[in-house]
Amino acid sequence: MPLLEVDNLTTHFHTREGVVQAVDGISFSVDRGETLAIVGESGSGKSVACYSLLKLIPQPPGEIVAGRALFEGKDLLQADKKTLQQIRGNDIAIIFQDPMTCLNPYLTVGEQLIEPLIYHHSSSRKEATQRAIEILGEVGIVEPEKRINSYPHEFSGGMRQRVMIAMALITEPKLLICDEPTTALDVTIQAQILDLVKALQLKRNIAVIFISHDLAVVAGVADKVAVMKDGLIVEQGSVDDIFYNTQHEYTKKLLASIPEGAKPGASSPGTFNPDASSIENKPLLSINGLKTHFHDYSGGWLKRNQKVIKAVDDVSLSIQPGEILGLVGESGSGKSTLGRSILQLVPVTSGSVIFDGTDLTQLSSAQMKPMRRRMQMIFQDPYASLNPRMTVFDTLAEPLLYHGLATRKTVTEQVLALMDDVGLARSAIRKYPHEFSGGQRQRIAVGRAIATKPELVIADEPVSALDVTIQAQILDLILTLVDKHHLTMLFISHDLSVVRYIADRIAVMHHGKLVETGSTESLFSAPQHEYTQKLLSAIPVADPARERERQMTLTKLIPESTSEI
Amino acid sequence: MFRFILSRLLQAIPVLLIVITATFFLVRAAPGGPFSAEKAVPPEVIKALEAQYHLDQPMWQQYVGYLNDLAHGDFGPSFRYPGRTVNELIAGGLPITAELALYAMLVAIIIGVCAGVFAALKPNTPQDYIPMSAAMLGICMPSFLMGPLLVLIFGIGLEWVPVSGWGDLPGDKILPSITLGAGYAAFLARLSRGGMLEVMSQDYIRTARAKGLPERVVVLKHGLRGGLIPVIAFLGPAFAGLLSGSFVVETIFQIPGLGRFYVQAAFNRDYTMILGTTVFFATLIVLFNLLSDIVAVWINPKLRHQLREGH
Repeated sequence: MPLLEVDNLTTHFHTREGVVQAVDGISFSVDRGETLAIVGESGSGKSVACYSLLKLIPQPPGEIVAGRALFEGKDLLQADKKTLQQIRGNDIAIIFQDPMTCLNPYLTVGEQLIEPLIYHHSSSRKEATQRAIEILGEVGIVEPEKRINSYPHEFSGGMRQRVMIAMALITEPKLLICDEPTTALDVTIQAQILDLVKALQLKRNIAVIFISHDLAVVAGVADKVAVMKDGLIVEQGSVDDIFYNTQHEYTKKLLASIPEGAKPGASSPGTFNPDASSIENKPLLSINGLKTHFHDYSGGWLKRNQKVIKAVDDVSLSIQPGEILGLVGESGSGKSTLGRSILQLVPVTSGSVIFDGTDLTQLSSAQMKPMRRRMQMIFQDPYASLNPRMTVFDTLAEPLLYHGLATRKTVTEQVLALMDDVGLARSAIRKYPHEFSGGQRQRIAVGRAIATKPELVIADEPVSALDVTIQAQILDLILTLVDKHHLTMLFISHDLSVVRYIADRIAVMHHGKLVETGSTESLFSAPQHEYTQKLLSAIPVADPARERERQMTLTKLIPESTSEI
Repeated sequence: MFRFILSRLLQAIPVLLIVITATFFLVRAAPGGPFSAEKAVPPEVIKALEAQYHLDQPMWQQYVGYLNDLAHGDFGPSFRYPGRTVNELIAGGLPITAELALYAMLVAIIIGVCAGVFAALKPNTPQDYIPMSAAMLGICMPSFLMGPLLVLIFGIGLEWVPVSGWGDLPGDKILPSITLGAGYAAFLARLSRGGMLEVMSQDYIRTARAKGLPERVVVLKHGLRGGLIPVIAFLGPAFAGLLSGSFVVETIFQIPGLGRFYVQAAFNRDYTMILGTTVFFATLIVLFNLLSDIVAVWINPKLRHQLREGH
C-alpha cells in the first residue's frame, strides 16, 4: 500500500462568478522514498490539490466536494480537527513557495522553528532550540546559533527558503510537500536546495510531492510526474515516459515552451549584428568604474557596525546602440543595483555613467528629467509595479503627458497605438490591472516603458514572475519591440536560459563585480571565468537522462558551505 | 531611534505654535470678554482689571508676552478665578480626568479588541455580524445619549451603581468609564477586526496551520501581533482624545475634571484658561501620537530594522 493514495479529489471554490472547479477529480499516489512531481501552470490547481489534503485552503470559499486521501490507511479528508492537527507538520510537512511571505515577520526564526517540536514531540524549549540550531546547520546556514535569533527579514530569499525547509523537516515527516520550493531562487541556490531535499529524502526515506511549473527542475528530481491542467491530471507516468514518450498535447506544448538557446537558428535572435559593432561605433551607454556602496547599520543602536556593502564595485561596461546586453548574476550580486545606478535611482558612490555623451552622475535632478524620457525601466513584478487604482489608459497616458509627448486630444489615439504595439486588445483600455493576467500586466508594463520612445530600456527580471508559456510570449514581444523601435536594452535576469534566448552579449556579475563579458554564443560555449562555469553547470535541463548525469558531476562543483547571508 | 524621537519632537514645535497662535487670536476675536457680565460694572473698574491683566496693551504685545510666559512654563493667571493660576487649575482637574480616561481606555481595549478579534475569526457569520453591529451602534450613539441611558437602566432602574459623582460612593466610577470608553471600544473593535482579517489571510498564518499548531496558538501568537498594529497606532491619539473629550461625560456625571473647566472657560471667555488647556491638550496629543509610533516601531522588527538603517 502506498504511503499516500489520493482518489478522485475534488475541490471547488465558490466565487461571485459561480463555482470554480479548481481540482476536478484527480487521483495519484506516492510511496516512501519516492518523488512525485505535479507539473502545471499557475491556476492549474496543483497547489490547491495539495493544500486540500491537509485542509489548508480557506473554507469558505473553498470546499472539498469529494474524494479520498488515504495516508497510512487513514482518510485525511474525513479526519477531525484534532487528528489533522497532529498530522500537519508532524507526519506531513509543507515547504511553501514564497519564503518572503510564508514566515511570520514578527517572530524570530528560532521561535518559528521550535514550534513543531514543542507541539508534536512535547520537547522542552531548550531541547527544541538545540535541535533547531542543528537543523539550521544541516540546511547550510552559517553560524546557526547566532542566526536563530534573527528575524526573517534579516535573511535573503534563499536563506529564508532554507529556514522554511528546516522548519518542515524538523519533525522528520513521512511525507514532504514542496510547493515550487526553488522558483524564487537563483540557479546555484536552486541546485543546492534540490540536492538538500534529495539527500534528506534518501537519508530518511521520506516521500516527496514536488509541485513545479519548471520541467527542467522536475526532470532532475522526480520519479513520477503528473501533469495538471484546469484541475485535471492530463497525463501521469514515470519521468522517462513523460519526457521521452509524451502522449498529451498539453505536455508537448509545455516541453516546447522551455526557452533553450540551443534552438536551431536562435543563436542570435536580436536584431543586433555583431559584425557591425566595430570599435569606432560610439556606444549609447558606457559605464566607467561605477561604484555604488551602501552603509549597513546592523548590530544594535549603540554599537553601530558601519560595514560598507559594495553592491556595485568598480563596474565598467558599454552597450552599443541596438544591442541587447544580458546581465546575469544571482540575487545579491548587485545586478539590480547596477540597473538602478544607471538610471540614477540610487545615489552612485563614484564613477561615471555616460549616456549618449552626457555623464548622468553630474546632472541635477532637474537636468535629469529630460534624460529620463530617453531611458525607461521594466520591473520584475507586474503585480506590484502597476498602480492598482489606475486604468491601462491612465498608466500609459501618464508618461506621454508628463513628458509633453501628447496633448489631451491626441493621447487616446497614442495610447491605443501603444496597446496595439504590445498586443493588448483595444477594448481593455478602461480596465484596471487586477482584471488582467500576469502576462497581460507585463504587457502593460512594457507598454508604459516604451511609451516615451526611449532609446535605452533597462528590463529588470521582466519575465521571472511568469509561467513558461507566457514567458516565451513576453520575450518574443520584447524582441519584436526592440526591432521595431530600435531600442537598446539592458536585460537583467538570474535565468540563464532566458538571457541566452534574448541577449546579443552577456555580462556576468558576482559580488558586485563584473567577472566576464562576452557574446552569448562564446560565453555559453566557452565560459572563461570559474564562476560563469559554475553558474552554467547549475542550470537544470529538461531531460531526465542528462539530468542524472549532470547531478553526478554537480555535487563536485558546488562547495558545501555558502557565504551568502 | 534617538534621532527619530528627536526629529519628531522638533516637528511638534511648529504644530504647537500654530495651535497657540490660532487659539490666541480666535478667542479674542469672539464677541464679549472675560469681564463683560450681566451686571453693569463701572467702566473704571473694567479699565483697572484690563490693565491688571495687560488686556489694554496692543494685541501683538499681549501675544509676545504670552509666548514668553509659556516658554517659562507659566500659563498665566485665570481671569475668572481670581488669585488662582491656570497651572493650578489644570493640576487640580487633570488627575481626575486622567483616571477617568485611563479606565475608559481599559474598557475600550478589553471590549473592543476582544470583540474585533472574535469577529475576525469567522468573518461574515453571525459571530462577525453581531459584535460589529453593536460596534456600529456604539460609534453612532453620542455619549450624551449613552450616558443618561446607562444611568436610567443601571442607576435608576436596577439600582446597581450610583448615578453620579466620582470617588464618593463605591462603584460610581463604572458608568462614566463605560460611557466614555464605549465609542472608542466600538472603534477599536472595527480596527482590530480589520487588522486581524488582513493578517489571518497572510501566507504565514497558513504556514503556522501547516505546522499543526492549535488554532488558539495560531491566532494568539501568530495573528495578534501583526493584527493589532493598527490598534496600537491608534491608542496614543485615542488616549489624548479621551482626555480632551471627557467634557460631556464629566458634565453628565458631575465629575470635577479638566473637561468641565475647559468648557466653562470657553463660556466665560477666560482667555488664559482656554489657551492654557488647549496648549496642554495639544501637547498631550502630540506626545501620545509619538508614543504610539514608538510602540509600533518596537513591536515590528522590520520597522525597527529600517529605522536603524536610517530610512
